[in-house]
Amino acid sequence: MSKLDTLKEQIQEALPDLDFVVAWERGFDPAHATPYHIKEEADLDRMVLDATCAHNLASFLTGFKGKKVGVVVKGCDSRTVVQLMQEKLIDREAVTVFGVPCRGVLDKAKLRRAVDLSRVESLEADETTVRLSANGEEQELPREELVADKCITCRYPNPLEFDHMAGKPLEPVGDEATQCARIEAFEEKPVQERFEFWVGEMDRCIRCYACRNACPLCVCRDHCIGDSRDPHWVSQETDIRNKWMFQLIHASHLAGRCTECGECERACPMDIPVLMFKKKLSSAVKELFNYESGVDPAAIPPLFTFQIDEETINERGW
Amino acid sequence: MAKTVFLPEENLDAWIKAMAAERRVMAPVRDHEAVVYAQVNDASAVELDTQATESPKKAIFPQTETLLSFKRMKTAESPDALDIEIRESIEAEPTVVFGARPCGVRGFAMFDRVYDNKRITDPYYKARRDSTHFVTIGCDKPMNACFCHWVDSGPTDDDGTDVLLVPVEGGYAARAVTDEGKKLLDLAETTTRKGVKAEADAVAKQALEAMSEAPDLSDVPAKIMDAFDDLDFWSEMTAACVSCGACTYLCPTCYCFNITDEAAGLSGKRIRTWDNCMNHNYTQEASGHNPRPTKAHRMRNRVGHKFGYYPDLHDGTILCCGCGRCIARCPNSVDIRRIVMRVKER
Repeated sequence: MSKLDTLKEQIQEALPDLDFVVAWERGFDPAHATPYHIKEEADLDRMVLDATCAHNLASFLTGFKGKKVGVVVKGCDSRTVVQLMQEKLIDREAVTVFGVPCRGVLDKAKLRRAVDLSRVESLEADETTVRLSANGEEQELPREELVADKCITCRYPNPLEFDHMAGKPLEPVGDEATQCARIEAFEEKPVQERFEFWVGEMDRCIRCYACRNACPLCVCRDHCIGDSRDPHWVSQETDIRNKWMFQLIHASHLAGRCTECGECERACPMDIPVLMFKKKLSSAVKELFNYESGVDPAAIPPLFTFQIDEETINERGW
Repeated sequence: MAKTVFLPEENLDAWIKAMAAERRVMAPVRDHEAVVYAQVNDASAVELDTQATESPKKAIFPQTETLLSFKRMKTAESPDALDIEIRESIEAEPTVVFGARPCGVRGFAMFDRVYDNKRITDPYYKARRDSTHFVTIGCDKPMNACFCHWVDSGPTDDDGTDVLLVPVEGGYAARAVTDEGKKLLDLAETTTRKGVKAEADAVAKQALEAMSEAPDLSDVPAKIMDAFDDLDFWSEMTAACVSCGACTYLCPTCYCFNITDEAAGLSGKRIRTWDNCMNHNYTQEASGHNPRPTKAHRMRNRVGHKFGYYPDLHDGTILCCGCGRCIARCPNSVDIRRIVMRVKER
């Protein structure tokens, strides 16, 4: 039985006790999936499960207070569920988690470089190969070349938190070192070059807040510092200074919380690599507190507590 | 109608240079993974074979614009009171937007009905509108998110355009649509190529034929009113939405703005910035009450405004140019075509 069929069966069985299950259906073309709610059995027919299912559906969970819902999660998405549990932002009893092991999801920027992404006619991906036809041209490409960076170095292909699991567990492919390679390479550049890079990237930001709204842990929702007039942290101007200021506050608020699901970067309509900020802070948290977010439901995030003597910080040893 | 002439690809550069000598030329250029409108002086960076990520609306309706600057001053005569000095600023540099698609250019036709009509003229908008002209490139092939033909337009629509270029073998079939367009086209080195008009017509026909049949949307405004109170329906339609502003900010027809005073110390400026009806702030009232508290309420308004309320006020004209940016660039692929069809078939 395929992973999708198993998943359908599991959802079908659980559905009578749930208001709905968040899953993916086909989007406007074969290269895009889109989140939807399965409310009744007939809705199951529309469900898809493939390499286009890039969205972290756990992002929606904090919006479902008072409902009994199900959610389909990949390994990386399950870390969001764990983190939300750690922060007591969801009632775990009210959420049924359907886990699926994942071999990596397609990255739209990489797809766009490889094919005419605006004219995809068909797309099929198996464990190793993506076969697609775009603008009349058929292509067969290695899956590894088209998956998101986070997937190339994925340490958690299997959900860490779940009630049901569809499919066999997969071997992790990456380690911490390879995950940080992108940041380390960037940090080796001279400061002026790094500064210019961000000025260039932030210049095209349209301040739509897709990064914020797609973030599963941006839970201030309607009380964001980016919108607030009082206090007036950022102005309404769309200059680089204000856009940059928001990004840095966003990243700082996620230190020790961000699970690097990459929704901020994936959601950006202007393809700005905003995950880099969070990646940097995650590695700082790892270094300072030897802590990784969203892997242990019982752990207390380091910035939610304090120790008189931090285990990994040499405060009084000079 | 003006004669269609042939513009060889290799003459584009000289033409842009000639136009840029006297005015600002804004064209789509690559910016990493995106294509944005930026000022150019020649054709070297111009990217014409794809639709730009952002729409050309910022050429006339910038995302941030200073309406006036102010300064509070104390005077010796009345030291307990602050006097205020106000300086209005209207910037309207002569501009040519080069290489936009017909859909993006047509967006301004929807703006005009709101910002420049018998009752109201927005002086900031009007000044830039009058000083901006368009050299538009027609489309030879639709993309998956394209639906210009749904909204009374098409791949080579010249509505709002000054010069229309249609891609043909080795260059473009060029036609001046307005008097200003004729002046612009006179700056280009064009040739007469026999049958170039027929070539352009064939490209237009082929592009339109490649699009699936368009539905009749004339009953949609009434259907939207019917669906108004069905919040379950709108909730279902927004299951995937994260309520960000990617759709509205990339939209060539979304014209809402916000006005804020940004002051530091005793001086500051009053700015106008794009607003976004998918943001909760859009209808947040000072009392704390928000009449559109959820994304379902907001999407009902966004779709309702575009396909119902605006057409009702403006002779049936739909507030959408069918460019598909809101679909293709939506983080979660929310498809406004699907929502409109669900309203229609409801």
